[in-house]
Amino acid sequence: MLSVKNLSKDFNSLSILENFNLTVPKNGFTVLIGPSGCGKSTLFDLLTGVVPIDEGDISLFGEKVPHLREKAAYMQQKDLLLPWFSLMDNALLPARITGADIDQSRKKAQALFERLGIGGFENYMPGEISGGMRQRCALVRTLMFERDLVLLDEPLSALDAITRRSLQSLLLMLQKEFKKSILMITHDIEEALLLADELLVLTSPPMRIREQFTFDDEKPRNASDPRLIEIKEYVLSQLQKDMNNETV
Amino acid sequence: MKRSSLIAFFAALFILALWEVLCKSLNIPDFILPAPVSILKVAIFRAPLILPHAGITALEILTGILISLAVAVPLSMVMFAYPSVEKAVAPFLVASQAVPVFAIAPLLVVWLGYGIASKVFMAAVIIFFPITVNLLEGFKSCDREYRILFQLMGARFFKTMRLLYWPWALPHFFAGLRVGVSVATIGAVIGEWVGAQKGLGYLMIQANARLKVDMVFAAILWLSVMGMTLWVFVGFLEKRVIKWK
Repeated sequence: MLSVKNLSKDFNSLSILENFNLTVPKNGFTVLIGPSGCGKSTLFDLLTGVVPIDEGDISLFGEKVPHLREKAAYMQQKDLLLPWFSLMDNALLPARITGADIDQSRKKAQALFERLGIGGFENYMPGEISGGMRQRCALVRTLMFERDLVLLDEPLSALDAITRRSLQSLLLMLQKEFKKSILMITHDIEEALLLADELLVLTSPPMRIREQFTFDDEKPRNASDPRLIEIKEYVLSQLQKDMNNETV
Repeated sequence: MKRSSLIAFFAALFILALWEVLCKSLNIPDFILPAPVSILKVAIFRAPLILPHAGITALEILTGILISLAVAVPLSMVMFAYPSVEKAVAPFLVASQAVPVFAIAPLLVVWLGYGIASKVFMAAVIIFFPITVNLLEGFKSCDREYRILFQLMGARFFKTMRLLYWPWALPHFFAGLRVGVSVATIGAVIGEWVGAQKGLGYLMIQANARLKVDMVFAAILWLSVMGMTLWVFVGFLEKRVIKWK
Protein backbone atom coordinates (compact mmCIF):
# COMPACT_ATOMS: atom_id res chain seq x y z
CA MET A 1 0.00 0.00 0.00
CA LEU A 2 2.65 2.50 1.11
CA SER A 3 6.08 2.22 -0.40
CA VAL A 4 9.03 4.43 0.42
CA LYS A 5 12.12 4.06 -1.76
CA ASN A 6 15.59 5.48 -1.28
CA LEU A 7 14.40 8.32 0.90
CA SER A 8 17.24 10.67 1.89
CA LYS A 9 17.38 13.77 4.01
CA ASP A 10 20.25 15.91 5.25
CA PHE A 11 20.08 18.61 7.88
CA ASN A 12 23.07 20.98 7.91
CA SER A 13 25.16 18.35 6.11
CA LEU A 14 24.23 15.73 8.72
CA SER A 15 22.61 12.79 7.02
CA ILE A 16 19.42 11.81 8.87
CA LEU A 17 18.10 9.35 6.31
CA GLU A 18 20.09 7.74 3.53
CA ASN A 19 18.38 5.56 0.94
CA PHE A 20 15.74 4.51 3.42
CA ASN A 21 13.20 1.95 2.22
CA LEU A 22 9.95 0.95 3.79
CA THR A 23 6.77 -0.86 2.83
CA VAL A 24 3.45 -0.96 4.65
CA PRO A 25 1.17 -3.65 3.21
CA LYS A 26 -2.58 -3.12 2.91
CA ASN A 27 -4.24 -3.68 6.28
CA GLY A 28 -0.79 -4.20 7.79
CA PHE A 29 0.50 -2.89 11.11
CA THR A 30 4.11 -1.76 10.76
CA VAL A 31 5.91 -0.46 13.82
CA LEU A 32 9.15 1.51 13.86
CA ILE A 33 11.33 1.47 16.95
CA GLY A 34 14.73 3.02 17.37
CA PRO A 35 16.95 5.06 19.66
CA SER A 36 15.96 8.62 20.47
CA GLY A 37 16.93 11.07 17.77
CA CYS A 38 17.43 8.37 15.16
CA GLY A 39 15.16 10.16 12.69
CA LYS A 40 11.80 8.45 13.18
CA SER A 41 9.90 11.69 13.56
CA THR A 42 11.83 13.20 10.64
CA LEU A 43 10.60 10.27 8.56
CA PHE A 44 7.02 11.21 9.47
CA ASP A 45 7.73 14.87 8.70
CA LEU A 46 8.98 13.81 5.29
CA LEU A 47 6.03 11.51 4.69
CA THR A 48 3.53 14.18 5.63
CA GLY A 49 5.26 16.89 3.62
CA VAL A 50 6.05 19.04 6.64
CA VAL A 51 9.72 18.82 5.63
CA PRO A 52 10.65 18.49 1.94
CA ILE A 53 12.50 15.31 0.92
CA ASP A 54 15.96 15.59 -0.63
CA GLU A 55 15.74 12.39 -2.64
CA GLY A 56 13.55 9.34 -2.92
CA ASP A 57 10.03 8.34 -3.81
CA ILE A 58 6.82 7.87 -1.88
CA SER A 59 4.14 5.71 -3.49
CA LEU A 60 0.62 5.08 -2.28
CA PHE A 61 -1.34 2.29 -3.95
CA GLY A 62 1.40 2.15 -6.57
CA GLU A 63 1.04 5.82 -7.44
CA LYS A 64 3.89 8.23 -6.78
CA VAL A 65 2.91 11.08 -4.49
CA PRO A 66 4.97 14.04 -3.25
CA HIS A 67 3.78 13.42 0.31
CA LEU A 68 0.90 11.89 2.23
CA ARG A 69 -0.74 15.16 3.24
CA GLU A 70 -4.49 14.82 2.74
CA LYS A 71 -3.95 11.14 1.96
CA ALA A 72 -3.21 9.67 5.37
CA ALA A 73 -4.74 10.17 8.79
CA TYR A 74 -2.28 11.23 11.46
CA MET A 75 -2.33 10.89 15.21
CA GLN A 76 0.37 12.23 17.49
CA GLN A 77 1.58 11.85 21.04
CA LYS A 78 -0.48 14.88 22.05
CA ASP A 79 -4.18 14.48 21.44
CA LEU A 80 -4.29 17.96 19.83
CA LEU A 81 -7.95 18.43 20.69
CA LEU A 82 -9.04 22.03 20.33
CA PRO A 83 -9.97 23.25 23.82
CA TRP A 84 -12.70 25.58 22.51
CA PHE A 85 -14.66 22.74 20.91
CA SER A 86 -16.62 19.97 22.57
CA LEU A 87 -15.46 16.40 21.95
CA MET A 88 -18.13 16.03 19.24
CA ASP A 89 -17.03 19.23 17.50
CA ASN A 90 -13.42 18.06 17.67
CA ALA A 91 -14.45 14.80 16.06
CA LEU A 92 -16.33 16.72 13.35
CA LEU A 93 -13.28 18.81 12.49
CA PRO A 94 -12.28 16.70 9.45
CA ALA A 95 -15.86 16.94 8.16
CA ARG A 96 -15.94 20.70 8.63
CA ILE A 97 -12.63 21.07 6.82
CA THR A 98 -13.45 18.79 3.92
CA GLY A 99 -16.99 20.15 3.63
CA ALA A 100 -18.62 16.76 4.26
CA ASP A 101 -22.26 16.52 5.31
CA ILE A 102 -22.28 17.43 8.99
CA ASP A 103 -25.44 15.51 9.95
CA GLN A 104 -24.13 12.31 8.38
CA SER A 105 -20.72 12.86 9.98
CA ARG A 106 -22.34 13.47 13.35
CA LYS A 107 -24.11 10.12 13.16
CA LYS A 108 -20.86 8.42 12.22
CA ALA A 109 -18.97 10.18 15.02
CA GLN A 110 -21.70 9.25 17.50
CA ALA A 111 -21.31 5.57 16.57
CA LEU A 112 -17.52 5.86 16.96
CA PHE A 113 -17.87 7.51 20.36
CA GLU A 114 -19.95 4.51 21.47
CA ARG A 115 -17.58 2.00 19.88
CA LEU A 116 -14.50 3.55 21.47
CA GLY A 117 -16.07 3.69 24.91
CA ILE A 118 -16.65 7.44 25.28
CA GLY A 119 -20.36 7.49 24.45
CA GLY A 120 -22.19 10.08 26.57
CA PHE A 121 -19.18 12.41 26.68
CA GLU A 122 -19.79 14.04 23.30
CA ASN A 123 -20.70 17.42 24.77
CA TYR A 124 -17.87 17.53 27.29
CA MET A 125 -14.98 19.93 26.71
CA PRO A 126 -11.47 18.45 26.39
CA GLY A 127 -10.43 20.09 29.65
CA GLU A 128 -13.12 18.20 31.53
CA ILE A 129 -11.98 14.64 30.76
CA SER A 130 -8.97 12.39 31.40
CA GLY A 131 -5.94 11.98 29.14
CA GLY A 132 -7.07 8.51 28.07
CA MET A 133 -10.51 9.77 27.05
CA ARG A 134 -8.95 12.65 25.18
CA GLN A 135 -6.79 10.22 23.26
CA ARG A 136 -9.87 8.11 22.46
CA CYS A 137 -11.52 11.23 21.10
CA ALA A 138 -8.40 11.93 19.03
CA LEU A 139 -8.76 8.40 17.70
CA VAL A 140 -12.39 9.11 16.75
CA ARG A 141 -11.19 12.21 14.89
CA THR A 142 -8.51 10.12 13.15
CA LEU A 143 -11.15 7.62 12.05
CA MET A 144 -13.39 10.41 10.78
CA PHE A 145 -10.79 11.09 8.08
CA GLU A 146 -11.89 8.11 6.00
CA ARG A 147 -8.31 7.51 4.96
CA ASP A 148 -6.92 4.00 4.56
CA LEU A 149 -3.46 4.75 5.89
CA VAL A 150 -2.98 5.90 9.47
CA LEU A 151 0.31 7.33 10.75
CA LEU A 152 0.70 7.07 14.51
CA ASP A 153 3.53 9.04 16.12
CA GLU A 154 3.90 7.65 19.65
CA PRO A 155 0.16 8.03 20.20
CA LEU A 156 0.13 6.41 23.64
CA SER A 157 3.42 7.53 25.12
CA ALA A 158 1.90 10.25 27.29
CA LEU A 159 -0.53 7.87 28.99
CA ASP A 160 -0.29 5.76 32.14
CA ALA A 161 0.25 2.00 31.83
CA ILE A 162 -3.37 0.93 32.39
CA THR A 163 -4.88 3.46 29.98
CA ARG A 164 -2.19 2.56 27.53
CA ARG A 165 -3.10 -1.11 27.61
CA SER A 166 -6.77 -0.39 26.93
CA LEU A 167 -5.90 1.98 24.07
CA GLN A 168 -3.58 -0.60 22.53
CA SER A 169 -6.62 -2.78 21.98
CA LEU A 170 -8.29 0.18 20.25
CA LEU A 171 -5.32 0.49 17.91
CA LEU A 172 -5.76 -3.17 17.04
CA MET A 173 -9.41 -2.37 16.41
CA LEU A 174 -8.28 0.27 13.90
CA GLN A 175 -6.56 -2.45 11.94
CA LYS A 176 -9.04 -5.31 12.31
CA GLU A 177 -12.44 -3.67 12.42
CA PHE A 178 -11.80 -0.50 10.45
CA LYS A 179 -9.41 -2.19 8.00
CA LYS A 180 -6.79 0.53 8.28
CA SER A 181 -3.15 0.14 7.31
CA ILE A 182 -1.00 1.47 10.10
CA LEU A 183 2.52 2.85 10.38
CA MET A 184 3.41 3.57 13.99
CA ILE A 185 6.40 4.99 15.82
CA THR A 186 6.90 3.94 19.42
CA HIS A 187 9.56 3.91 22.09
CA ASP A 188 7.90 1.07 23.91
CA ILE A 189 9.28 -2.26 22.73
CA GLU A 190 6.55 -4.25 24.50
CA GLU A 191 3.85 -2.17 22.83
CA ALA A 192 5.57 -2.72 19.49
CA LEU A 193 5.66 -6.48 20.00
CA LEU A 194 1.99 -6.62 21.00
CA LEU A 195 0.75 -4.65 18.02
CA ALA A 196 3.10 -5.13 15.08
CA ASP A 197 2.72 -7.39 12.08
CA GLU A 198 6.08 -6.09 11.09
CA LEU A 199 8.59 -4.57 13.50
CA LEU A 200 11.44 -2.52 12.11
CA VAL A 201 14.32 -1.80 14.46
CA LEU A 202 16.16 1.32 13.36
CA THR A 203 19.72 2.58 13.79
CA SER A 204 21.06 5.98 14.78
CA PRO A 205 21.45 8.52 11.94
CA PRO A 206 21.69 7.98 9.12
CA MET A 207 18.63 5.92 9.92
CA ARG A 208 18.62 2.41 8.50
CA ILE A 209 16.67 -0.74 9.27
CA ARG A 210 18.85 -2.76 11.60
CA GLU A 211 16.48 -5.70 12.05
CA GLN A 212 13.10 -6.68 10.74
CA PHE A 213 10.70 -9.03 12.54
CA THR A 214 7.54 -10.36 10.98
CA PHE A 215 4.73 -11.74 13.11
CA ASP A 216 2.03 -13.94 11.65
CA ASP A 217 0.35 -14.99 14.87
CA GLU A 218 -3.09 -13.85 16.04
CA LYS A 219 -3.58 -10.67 18.04
CA PRO A 220 -4.05 -9.70 20.81
CA ARG A 221 -0.80 -11.25 21.94
CA ASN A 222 0.37 -12.13 25.38
CA ALA A 223 3.28 -10.04 26.65
CA SER A 224 4.55 -13.04 28.64
CA ASP A 225 4.96 -15.16 25.49
CA PRO A 226 8.56 -16.49 25.73
CA ARG A 227 9.22 -15.71 22.06
CA LEU A 228 8.18 -12.08 22.52
CA ILE A 229 10.28 -11.80 25.66
CA GLU A 230 13.26 -13.16 23.77
CA ILE A 231 12.80 -10.68 20.93
CA LYS A 232 12.26 -7.89 23.44
CA GLU A 233 15.57 -8.65 25.20
CA TYR A 234 17.38 -8.88 21.89
CA VAL A 235 15.96 -5.60 20.55
CA LEU A 236 16.70 -3.82 23.82
CA SER A 237 20.29 -5.04 23.75
CA GLN A 238 20.65 -3.82 20.16
CA LEU A 239 19.22 -0.41 21.02
CA GLN A 240 21.44 -0.25 24.09
CA LYS A 241 24.46 -1.06 21.94
CA ASP A 242 23.49 1.68 19.56
CA MET A 243 23.18 4.19 22.41
CA ASN A 244 26.54 3.13 23.88
CA ASN A 245 28.23 3.61 20.52
CA GLU A 246 26.68 7.04 20.31
CA THR A 247 27.95 7.94 23.79
CA VAL A 248 31.49 6.75 22.95
CA MET B 1 -14.93 39.74 47.94
CA LYS B 2 -11.43 38.44 47.21
CA ARG B 3 -8.62 39.29 49.63
CA SER B 4 -6.72 41.22 46.95
CA SER B 5 -9.85 43.27 46.14
CA LEU B 6 -10.35 44.02 49.83
CA ILE B 7 -6.75 45.19 50.16
CA ALA B 8 -7.15 47.45 47.10
CA PHE B 9 -10.45 48.82 48.44
CA PHE B 10 -9.04 49.65 51.87
CA ALA B 11 -5.85 51.10 50.37
CA ALA B 12 -7.93 53.44 48.18
CA LEU B 13 -10.11 54.32 51.16
CA PHE B 14 -7.03 55.09 53.27
CA ILE B 15 -5.53 57.38 50.59
CA LEU B 16 -8.83 59.23 50.15
CA ALA B 17 -9.26 59.60 53.92
CA LEU B 18 -5.70 60.93 54.25
CA TRP B 19 -6.32 63.36 51.37
CA GLU B 20 -9.56 64.56 53.03
CA VAL B 21 -7.91 65.01 56.43
CA LEU B 22 -4.92 66.89 54.97
CA CYS B 23 -7.16 69.23 52.96
CA LYS B 24 -9.28 70.04 56.00
CA SER B 25 -6.51 70.29 58.56
CA LEU B 26 -4.22 72.38 56.33
CA ASN B 27 -7.10 74.52 55.04
CA ILE B 28 -6.08 73.98 51.43
CA PRO B 29 -8.39 76.11 49.26
CA ASP B 30 -10.66 74.33 46.75
CA PHE B 31 -9.06 76.09 43.76
CA ILE B 32 -5.70 74.49 44.69
CA LEU B 33 -6.73 70.99 45.80
CA PRO B 34 -10.35 70.18 46.65
CA ALA B 35 -11.07 67.44 49.17
CA PRO B 36 -12.46 64.12 47.87
CA VAL B 37 -15.89 64.72 49.43
CA SER B 38 -16.18 68.08 47.61
CA ILE B 39 -15.18 66.42 44.33
CA LEU B 40 -17.74 63.67 44.86
CA LYS B 41 -20.44 66.26 45.57
CA VAL B 42 -19.65 68.13 42.34
CA ALA B 43 -19.48 64.86 40.37
CA ILE B 44 -22.95 63.87 41.61
CA PHE B 45 -24.84 67.16 41.95
CA ARG B 46 -23.42 68.68 38.74
CA ALA B 47 -24.06 65.48 36.81
CA PRO B 48 -26.68 67.16 34.57
CA LEU B 49 -23.89 69.43 33.33
CA ILE B 50 -21.17 66.77 33.18
CA LEU B 51 -23.08 63.84 31.67
CA PRO B 52 -23.79 65.35 28.22
CA HIS B 53 -20.06 66.05 27.91
CA ALA B 54 -19.27 62.53 29.16
CA GLY B 55 -21.69 61.17 26.55
CA ILE B 56 -19.78 62.91 23.75
CA THR B 57 -16.45 61.61 25.03
CA ALA B 58 -17.93 58.10 25.37
CA LEU B 59 -19.21 58.30 21.79
CA GLU B 60 -15.74 59.33 20.57
CA ILE B 61 -14.10 56.49 22.46
CA LEU B 62 -16.59 53.80 21.37
CA THR B 63 -16.43 54.91 17.73
CA GLY B 64 -12.64 54.94 17.98
CA ILE B 65 -12.70 51.39 19.35
CA LEU B 66 -14.97 50.18 16.55
CA ILE B 67 -12.87 51.81 13.84
CA SER B 68 -9.61 50.49 15.28
CA LEU B 69 -11.13 46.99 15.48
CA ALA B 70 -12.33 47.22 11.89
CA VAL B 71 -8.79 48.04 10.78
CA ALA B 72 -6.67 46.09 13.28
CA VAL B 73 -8.35 42.68 12.91
CA PRO B 74 -8.11 42.34 9.10
CA LEU B 75 -4.66 43.96 9.06
CA SER B 76 -3.35 41.43 11.63
CA MET B 77 -4.74 38.60 9.54
CA VAL B 78 -3.13 39.92 6.36
CA MET B 79 0.20 40.49 8.13
CA PHE B 80 0.04 36.95 9.50
CA ALA B 81 -0.85 35.43 6.13
CA TYR B 82 1.81 37.45 4.29
CA PRO B 83 4.94 38.05 6.36
CA SER B 84 6.20 40.38 3.60
CA VAL B 85 3.24 42.68 4.35
CA GLU B 86 4.17 42.58 8.04
CA LYS B 87 7.73 43.60 7.20
CA ALA B 88 6.45 46.45 5.04
CA VAL B 89 3.83 47.70 7.52
CA ALA B 90 5.74 47.20 10.80
CA PRO B 91 7.85 50.40 10.52
CA PHE B 92 4.71 52.49 10.00
CA LEU B 93 3.02 50.81 12.95
CA VAL B 94 5.96 51.57 15.19
CA ALA B 95 6.20 55.12 13.85
CA SER B 96 2.50 55.65 14.62
CA GLN B 97 3.29 54.95 18.26
CA ALA B 98 6.66 56.69 18.38
CA VAL B 99 5.07 60.05 17.49
CA PRO B 100 3.24 61.34 20.60
CA VAL B 101 -0.47 61.82 20.00
CA PHE B 102 -0.04 65.33 21.50
CA ALA B 103 2.16 66.20 18.54
CA ILE B 104 -0.37 65.28 15.88
CA ALA B 105 -3.50 66.42 17.76
CA PRO B 106 -3.39 70.06 16.48
CA LEU B 107 -2.85 68.81 12.92
CA LEU B 108 -5.79 66.42 13.17
CA VAL B 109 -8.02 69.22 14.40
CA VAL B 110 -6.93 71.31 11.39
CA TRP B 111 -7.54 68.41 9.00
CA LEU B 112 -10.65 66.85 10.51
CA GLY B 113 -12.24 69.85 12.20
CA TYR B 114 -13.49 70.68 15.67
CA GLY B 115 -16.18 67.98 15.58
CA ILE B 116 -15.83 64.47 16.93
CA ALA B 117 -13.93 63.13 13.85
CA SER B 118 -10.51 64.31 15.04
CA LYS B 119 -11.09 62.88 18.55
CA VAL B 120 -12.36 59.59 17.18
CA PHE B 121 -9.29 59.35 14.98
CA MET B 122 -6.97 60.03 17.90
CA ALA B 123 -8.67 57.42 20.08
CA ALA B 124 -8.52 54.93 17.19
CA VAL B 125 -4.79 55.56 16.63
CA ILE B 126 -4.06 54.84 20.30
CA ILE B 127 -6.22 51.69 20.50
CA PHE B 128 -5.19 50.30 17.13
CA PHE B 129 -1.60 49.43 18.03
CA PRO B 130 -2.06 47.14 21.06
CA ILE B 131 -4.88 45.26 19.34
CA THR B 132 -2.93 44.73 16.11
CA VAL B 133 0.30 43.70 17.80
CA ASN B 134 -1.36 41.40 20.32
CA LEU B 135 -3.57 39.71 17.75
CA LEU B 136 -0.65 39.15 15.40
CA GLU B 137 1.41 37.67 18.23
CA GLY B 138 -1.58 35.51 19.14
CA PHE B 139 -1.76 34.08 15.63
CA LYS B 140 1.97 33.46 15.64
CA SER B 141 1.90 31.73 19.01
CA CYS B 142 -0.22 28.86 17.67
CA ASP B 143 1.54 25.54 18.31
CA ARG B 144 3.36 24.03 15.34
CA GLU B 145 1.73 20.65 15.98
CA TYR B 146 -1.76 22.10 15.59
CA ARG B 147 -0.73 23.88 12.40
CA ILE B 148 0.62 20.62 11.03
CA LEU B 149 -2.56 18.80 12.02
CA PHE B 150 -4.63 21.31 10.05
CA GLN B 151 -2.26 21.10 7.08
CA LEU B 152 -2.63 17.33 7.09
CA MET B 153 -6.38 17.63 7.26
CA GLY B 154 -6.18 19.72 4.10
CA ALA B 155 -7.47 22.93 5.70
CA ARG B 156 -7.04 26.10 3.66
CA PHE B 157 -6.06 29.42 5.22
CA PHE B 158 -9.51 30.81 5.97
CA LYS B 159 -10.78 27.58 7.53
CA THR B 160 -7.59 27.33 9.60
CA MET B 161 -8.05 30.97 10.58
CA ARG B 162 -11.68 30.42 11.64
CA LEU B 163 -11.24 27.10 13.40
CA LEU B 164 -7.71 27.37 14.80
CA TYR B 165 -5.83 30.67 14.64
CA TRP B 166 -8.67 33.00 15.65
CA PRO B 167 -9.80 31.06 18.75
CA TRP B 168 -6.14 30.47 19.63
CA ALA B 169 -5.40 34.20 19.45
CA LEU B 170 -8.52 35.32 21.34
CA PRO B 171 -6.78 35.63 24.75
CA HIS B 172 -4.12 37.82 23.08
CA PHE B 173 -6.81 39.81 21.31
CA PHE B 174 -8.62 40.54 24.57
CA ALA B 175 -5.34 41.46 26.28
CA GLY B 176 -4.74 44.00 23.50
CA LEU B 177 -8.31 45.25 23.67
CA ARG B 178 -8.04 45.74 27.44
CA VAL B 179 -4.91 47.82 27.01
CA GLY B 180 -6.55 49.66 24.13
CA VAL B 181 -9.75 50.62 25.92
CA SER B 182 -7.88 51.69 29.02
CA VAL B 183 -5.81 54.22 27.04
CA ALA B 184 -8.56 55.18 24.61
CA THR B 185 -9.69 57.99 26.91
CA ILE B 186 -6.27 59.64 26.48
CA GLY B 187 -6.71 60.06 22.73
CA ALA B 188 -10.24 61.45 23.00
CA VAL B 189 -9.43 63.88 25.82
CA ILE B 190 -6.27 65.20 24.16
CA GLY B 191 -8.32 65.88 21.05
CA GLU B 192 -10.87 67.77 23.12
CA TRP B 193 -8.14 69.80 24.83
CA VAL B 194 -6.73 70.93 21.51
CA GLY B 195 -10.02 71.99 19.99
CA ALA B 196 -13.59 71.07 20.83
CA GLN B 197 -16.90 72.49 21.93
CA LYS B 198 -18.09 69.46 23.87
CA GLY B 199 -16.66 66.56 25.82
CA LEU B 200 -15.01 65.98 29.18
CA GLY B 201 -11.67 67.30 27.91
CA TYR B 202 -13.36 70.54 26.84
CA LEU B 203 -15.14 70.75 30.22
CA MET B 204 -11.82 70.26 32.05
CA ILE B 205 -10.15 73.06 30.08
CA GLN B 206 -13.09 75.41 30.69
CA ALA B 207 -13.28 74.58 34.40
CA ASN B 208 -9.51 74.92 34.82
CA ALA B 209 -9.56 78.38 33.25
CA ARG B 210 -12.16 79.43 35.85
CA LEU B 211 -10.18 77.85 38.72
CA LYS B 212 -13.02 75.38 39.30
CA VAL B 213 -10.58 72.64 40.19
CA ASP B 214 -13.30 70.54 41.85
CA MET B 215 -15.07 70.39 38.45
CA VAL B 216 -11.78 69.36 36.78
CA PHE B 217 -11.46 66.52 39.29
CA ALA B 218 -15.14 65.60 38.86
CA ALA B 219 -14.57 65.33 35.10
CA ILE B 220 -11.49 63.17 35.75
CA LEU B 221 -13.61 61.01 38.06
CA TRP B 222 -16.22 60.48 35.36
CA LEU B 223 -13.47 59.74 32.84
CA SER B 224 -12.03 57.14 35.23
CA VAL B 225 -15.47 55.59 35.66
CA MET B 226 -15.82 55.36 31.88
CA GLY B 227 -12.38 53.77 31.50
CA MET B 228 -13.03 51.29 34.29
CA THR B 229 -16.47 50.41 32.90
CA LEU B 230 -14.91 49.66 29.53
CA TRP B 231 -12.18 47.60 31.20
CA VAL B 232 -14.72 45.59 33.20
CA PHE B 233 -16.95 45.14 30.14
CA VAL B 234 -14.04 43.77 28.09
CA GLY B 235 -13.20 41.42 30.96
CA PHE B 236 -16.84 40.27 31.10
CA LEU B 237 -16.86 39.76 27.32
CA GLU B 238 -13.61 37.82 27.53
CA LYS B 239 -15.05 35.47 30.13
CA ARG B 240 -18.19 34.94 28.05
CA VAL B 241 -16.23 34.26 24.85
CA ILE B 242 -13.25 32.30 26.18
CA LYS B 243 -15.07 29.68 28.18
CA TRP B 244 -12.38 27.02 27.88
CA LYS B 245 -9.73 28.88 29.93
